[in-house]
Amino acid sequence: MFYREAGQFKTSYAADQALLPIRQDRIGLGLILFVAFVAIPLLASDFLIGSIMIPFLVFALASVGLNILTGYAGQLSLGTGAFMGVGAYSCYKLTTYFPDINILFMVLLSGVFSAAVGVVFGLPSLRIKGLYLAITTLAAQFFLEWCFIRIGWLYNYNDSGAIEVPQRKLFDIAITGASASPTVRYLVIVVLVSIMTLLAANILRGRIGRSWMMIRDMDIAAELMGVRPLYAKLSAFAFSSYYCGVAGALMVFFWIGSAEAEAFDINHSLLVLFMVIIGGMGSLLGCFLGAAFIWVLPIIIRAVPPMLGLDVIAATTEHVSNIIIGVLIIFFLIVEPHGLARLWQIGKEKLRTWPFPYSSN
Amino acid sequence: MDILHSIFVAPFIEMGAYPDFFLQVVWEGFVAGVLYSLIALGFVLIYKASGVFNFAQGIMVVFAALALVSLHGMGVPAWLAVILALGIMGLLAVGVERLVLRKLVNQHDAILLMATIGLTLVLKGLGQLLFGGEPKPMITEELGLPTGSTDWEVFGGIVIFQHIDIAATVVALLMVLALALFFSKTRIGRALRAVADDHQAALSVGISLHQIWAIVWFAAGIVALVTGIMWGARSEVSFALEIIALKALAVLILGGFTSIPGAIVGGLIIGIGEKLFEVYWGALFGSGVEAWFAYVLALIFLLFRPQGLFGERIIERV
Repeated sequence: MFYREAGQFKTSYAADQALLPIRQDRIGLGLILFVAFVAIPLLASDFLIGSIMIPFLVFALASVGLNILTGYAGQLSLGTGAFMGVGAYSCYKLTTYFPDINILFMVLLSGVFSAAVGVVFGLPSLRIKGLYLAITTLAAQFFLEWCFIRIGWLYNYNDSGAIEVPQRKLFDIAITGASASPTVRYLVIVVLVSIMTLLAANILRGRIGRSWMMIRDMDIAAELMGVRPLYAKLSAFAFSSYYCGVAGALMVFFWIGSAEAEAFDINHSLLVLFMVIIGGMGSLLGCFLGAAFIWVLPIIIRAVPPMLGLDVIAATTEHVSNIIIGVLIIFFLIVEPHGLARLWQIGKEKLRTWPFPYSSN
Repeated sequence: MDILHSIFVAPFIEMGAYPDFFLQVVWEGFVAGVLYSLIALGFVLIYKASGVFNFAQGIMVVFAALALVSLHGMGVPAWLAVILALGIMGLLAVGVERLVLRKLVNQHDAILLMATIGLTLVLKGLGQLLFGGEPKPMITEELGLPTGSTDWEVFGGIVIFQHIDIAATVVALLMVLALALFFSKTRIGRALRAVADDHQAALSVGISLHQIWAIVWFAAGIVALVTGIMWGARSEVSFALEIIALKALAVLILGGFTSIPGAIVGGLIIGIGEKLFEVYWGALFGSGVEAWFAYVLALIFLLFRPQGLFGERIIERV
């Protein structure tokens, strides 16, 4: 009753092909954007912005990157963390070499390096598939992690071995470094993530995105129909790594402030993979739902015992949250392999027919 | 020219100049390779029978070893602790089959892989919750495993053999023999091979898939416990082992997912290769190349032989 397209007539092809053809969707997205751009910066506490919203957006962007590769192009990857690391380290190098150039430009440029590395490690995908490929992405993970530790040039031969974010300004407001306020950093991230997600949505429904999905669904058939696997697979690796690289740069520059190689280890890769699985493979909405779920759930679990007046050691809650996330992953794979996004889809279908579920629309 | 010399000439001169040291390095690599093979063996067992790529094999090793050590720490005698630890792995096998595999029958490979990643998280959290996250020494002496070492004088130097390393090799050998016998001579073993060959054909002649899966996960659990004991005795039992166990994945690529001899040969190649590379070429790259050598070797190998050394040829039909 509330959610249906009845009465919304399209009079042009452009309107018919719009990203959000249903008015209710547009209103919903508008509300979400209003909350993200206006309500949260004005109303939310520093904790909510700094510890929940910023990480959530960073992970959502990384999930978009991994989802492009795994969900849309069907190439399973366990090396997301390392590609994020490439973005972070190249952004650090760029901004220390050229301190005067706008940091936002550097963040976007650093993704290019990540994309290049992604293409190199994507080359085996032309010859090998599935689980074998997943293991070769482990080679990327461990090799790059080793580079971050051993190649001093990458972190300017710091004694600490960590990259530390210098202060950079935009319109005379500090947006990175210790003195940048969480609200400012949040605004930068939310703008970038929104634009990049919009871009991803359009790439995915365009020619390139559809060729990725053809490769995913059946590569031989796709090849027979004129999709070149070389271009499709490598472009998927490039786009995916670009998104992951930008997410990594954002993570270090706008969230944690300094990072060592351990920040990009295999567990980090798996975390992003969980977000994609739980959120839903092959769904942009799922990236956001999964990132929110996986990031916020442990915070809630940590907050529950004190609320109940129980005195539980921090380590215990972490172990329990590990168990719960593990169980949830298995549960979701069994009950709904398409993730949270699919649940949302089902909910919308129900809404369309409500209150007459047996009517044919 | 200098760099070419230090890559292609200098290491070999060094090997020739100190053959005793070279032998020592090869032996160390061999033992590490045996342990990689053992982990890979667990993977292969499960992959053959159920088509599941078991990411959790590494954590199963840690979990089994931790259970054993913790049980002993609670005052249980060593032999009983081993039996109880086996019992825990058995329960785990049945639990996994009932709660995970049975519900995910006929799902895509990647989905099953991710389910085992979820299982990894559960086991990790459970292990840390029950047994504590800190590293523990393995109860080597209580289990009757030898300690100490033997020196072997050769080429005007000595090569040191730790007894525990020799024991690990012997145990691994025995286990592979036992598995081979089990697969070829027993009723259950033949049923396992039938399932590995063709699920539907096996079902149609009355083999219970559920039972076979539980058994094969239990077998992988036994392999995990033995691996955990041996690895724990060489260093200690800790969750760091889980990351090292991922190297078994590289071993699998070399050997092929479905081949037990492949797992063993692959493990030895990786073990010896990475030790030699670390010792003789590592200085060129800065140390720590062990972290990625196995994967990069596997990756290069894959480009030429996608099905592994002994794997079945991949044939695609449209």
